[in-house]
Amino acid sequence: MSEAAHVHHPNYVKVWGILIVLLVLSVLGPEIGIKWVTLIAAFGIAVVKAYLVAKNFMHLNVEKRYVVYLFLTALAFMALFFFGVAPDVMQGSGTNWEKPGWDAPAPVAEPGHGEHGTAESGH
Amino acid sequence: MSDSHDHHESHGFMSYAFSTDHKVIGMQYMFTGMAMALIGGFFAYAFRMQLAFPGMDVPLYGIVSSAEYNSLVTNHGTIMIFWVAMPVLIAAFGNFLIPLMIGCDDMVFPRLNRLSYQIFLLSAIVLISSFFVEGGGFGGAWTSYPPLSAKAEYNLTPLGSSLWLLAVALEFVAFLLGGINFITTVMNARAPGMTMDDIPMVIWMIVLASILFMASVGPLIAGAVMLFFDQQLGTAFFDPDRGGDPVLWQHLFWFFGHPEVYVVLLPAMGITADVMCVFARKKLFAYRTVLYTAIGTGVLSFFVWAHHQFISGIDPRMANLFTVTTLLISIPIAEMCFVYIATLYGGSIRLTTPMLWALAFLGEFMIGGVTGIFLGASGSDIYLHDSYFVLAHFHYTFFPIAIIGVFAGITFWYPKMFGKMMNETMGKIHFWGTVIPFNCIFIPLFLLGIGGQHRRIYNYEHFPELAGKSMQDMRVFATVSLCIMLIFQFVFLYNFFASLLKGKEAGKNPWKSNTLEWTTESPPPHGNWKELPNCYRGPYEYSVEGREEDYWPQNIPDDEPAGGAA
Amino acid sequence: MRPIATTRSATGIPTGRLAVWWLIASEIVLFGGLLSAYIMYRLSHDAWTAQAAQTNMWLGATNTFVLLTSSLTAVLAHKAADNNDTDGAFKYLWFTILGALIFVSIKAFEWTTEIQHGYTLTSSTFWSFYYCAAGLHALHVIAGATIMAIVSMDVRKGKEMQRVELCGLYWHFVDLVWIFLFPLLYIAK
Repeated sequence: MSEAAHVHHPNYVKVWGILIVLLVLSVLGPEIGIKWVTLIAAFGIAVVKAYLVAKNFMHLNVEKRYVVYLFLTALAFMALFFFGVAPDVMQGSGTNWEKPGWDAPAPVAEPGHGEHGTAESGH
Repeated sequence: MSDSHDHHESHGFMSYAFSTDHKVIGMQYMFTGMAMALIGGFFAYAFRMQLAFPGMDVPLYGIVSSAEYNSLVTNHGTIMIFWVAMPVLIAAFGNFLIPLMIGCDDMVFPRLNRLSYQIFLLSAIVLISSFFVEGGGFGGAWTSYPPLSAKAEYNLTPLGSSLWLLAVALEFVAFLLGGINFITTVMNARAPGMTMDDIPMVIWMIVLASILFMASVGPLIAGAVMLFFDQQLGTAFFDPDRGGDPVLWQHLFWFFGHPEVYVVLLPAMGITADVMCVFARKKLFAYRTVLYTAIGTGVLSFFVWAHHQFISGIDPRMANLFTVTTLLISIPIAEMCFVYIATLYGGSIRLTTPMLWALAFLGEFMIGGVTGIFLGASGSDIYLHDSYFVLAHFHYTFFPIAIIGVFAGITFWYPKMFGKMMNETMGKIHFWGTVIPFNCIFIPLFLLGIGGQHRRIYNYEHFPELAGKSMQDMRVFATVSLCIMLIFQFVFLYNFFASLLKGKEAGKNPWKSNTLEWTTESPPPHGNWKELPNCYRGPYEYSVEGREEDYWPQNIPDDEPAGGAA
Repeated sequence: MRPIATTRSATGIPTGRLAVWWLIASEIVLFGGLLSAYIMYRLSHDAWTAQAAQTNMWLGATNTFVLLTSSLTAVLAHKAADNNDTDGAFKYLWFTILGALIFVSIKAFEWTTEIQHGYTLTSSTFWSFYYCAAGLHALHVIAGATIMAIVSMDVRKGKEMQRVELCGLYWHFVDLVWIFLFPLLYIAK
């Protein structure tokens, strides 16, 4: 059964090295503290890492195309879900309703002895 | 039954209970589903009696309290969809038919298949046990909207609601495992020569249904975990007072819940297609059109879910969009119905029991579909929402799917399942005794719904504008019709079991059908065929000109002389 | 005796791998639903930024490193299995399991610390999502490690070598989920 399944094995250690470098970048980027750098470092790099893992480790580059399309379809459904739901869920109030606790800070008291202390925001 | 299937295995209960043979598992799904249908039907009887004769001591049940009423309604819906329609239409027919119709000896993952049934059985046991815990079974409707379902102080079923949720989640796991098995089997294990165009429509539909299920259920499983945490651990995912959002649950639920309608509809459509072709002795009109339409319906079914929430306060602009998509989805379904009618046109129709069921499916489902238009349009839905009009509408869709479609399938494949013919006369009595009362139940409910009757009311005597004599008379009429329909089901049960004992021997191919399952013994032995068949043509080559026989089985090579099938 | 069905491959993709692809597709929507809900809540609650700052990014980064490395060993096990190197496949499978154990241990330490600081499942909806999403992922890690341990028993005897690839694919998917959980729960603040 596995005869047909043999694939050409790329240099996995090299791919791993790139992934680790990306990981370091994604951790260091946000330390600068600029919002857009944080977002790109966090999520842009995550997409690149996911691409590398899927392509090289999961061998999706040599798998039948429709497997990739299958995953993209699943992701597209999730995007559909997000954009269909977000207009409702991301509102604090709407036609004849409101969510009393939506914009308020967390009702349970924030612990005071956390490393970074308590933060008050959200109003 | 185990004796007839397990020729090569040791006999006895354990080998039956742990058999990995797809036919045994399919039958287990079917009998479990039928047992659950009896429970669900009994629940319907109990609460309908309460509605027609408030406060009555219901025979076989007793006095229905308001909490019990909620629980009965909730579990009637849950059982009929998750423990009857799904296991019978997809799991039972899928397990039994897929390997037989694509010409292989078993599913590709027989042990996964066994596990899937065991999880399903466990889920049924968990659900039934939830009726007996403190506070009784869950009573927050099968849609389980929070905060009612999330807070014990509202629903008063602290354990019942969580057990209900657990049972539903387990059932989803069972069908995910089963679905993956179905999809892979059809993709990989088809008989040599069977192309995509040679797969019988019922198999296509079961596979598409499995794919739809798999693509839509994930968010609801995540939602079930979140709701469970809300119930038992005090999180606030769906609690608007503490930073949560109850409408999120409605989205999670209906993002699954609406494709779910098509998950059960498509297999019923597939069964109907196969039955109609055999008894009209005609090729399925526009095979590929049906297939592409079904795929299109499946995709479109992901775009309509928010029509269940028009009055939940969703953004009116979104309501506009979802109205359009909802009305759009009636087009492919109508197209499929037209194609089926075109299949019948000019055929030599034989009105056997399975054919009657198939025709009834088409007629009754159309009523369900047409009334859906009123609910899909956000304007009229504001009035009709949560009324008996909605209830009658979805019973006019689900009843044809889960009852009429299933009876079409069972009466059609019964000879293959058990090697005996069912009694035609009793079959027809049962058919008319089911279909006529069915319409008598739900047409009055349409009228009551338009009259403003709200769905979730335990005793209409408390609502003067709904308690008038004419409305109460319709309720009584519907309830009496339900009782008549339930009584006629015993005709079916008698026919089913009596035919097992003294039915006429069916032989290999009593209906003179083309598909591969009819080329083996009835019932098929373990391994299905002594030598696995090859496939040479499409499944619907009936009345081909130039052939002596009016059918042309898929496994006969082209050069073999006409009529060589026998 | 195995059914003949299991040996057929009309698509050209071996049956086991095809099933794993479908399994992964169903997992995508499972995590997708949960994370979509999280993102919606997160974007509409500014207060969560401060709460997210309480998570320990360095432990999260360490765990990312551990999972990426275990993905490497998983794929090396697959390569060894392709070359019929049973010892190598067995060894790399257990390296991967070791990675899973380290991951879960770090997670246990992290959660213990957080709970001791008073950040529990019910502290706020951010923390509910945090424990829910990371917990669901951790369950997948534990499941993956268990599967690999079972598969390794056959592999040592040189049987069912194709399974090394299959559990590896699942493992890479678990890794992929973490690649997105890490920025969502730890970095973004």
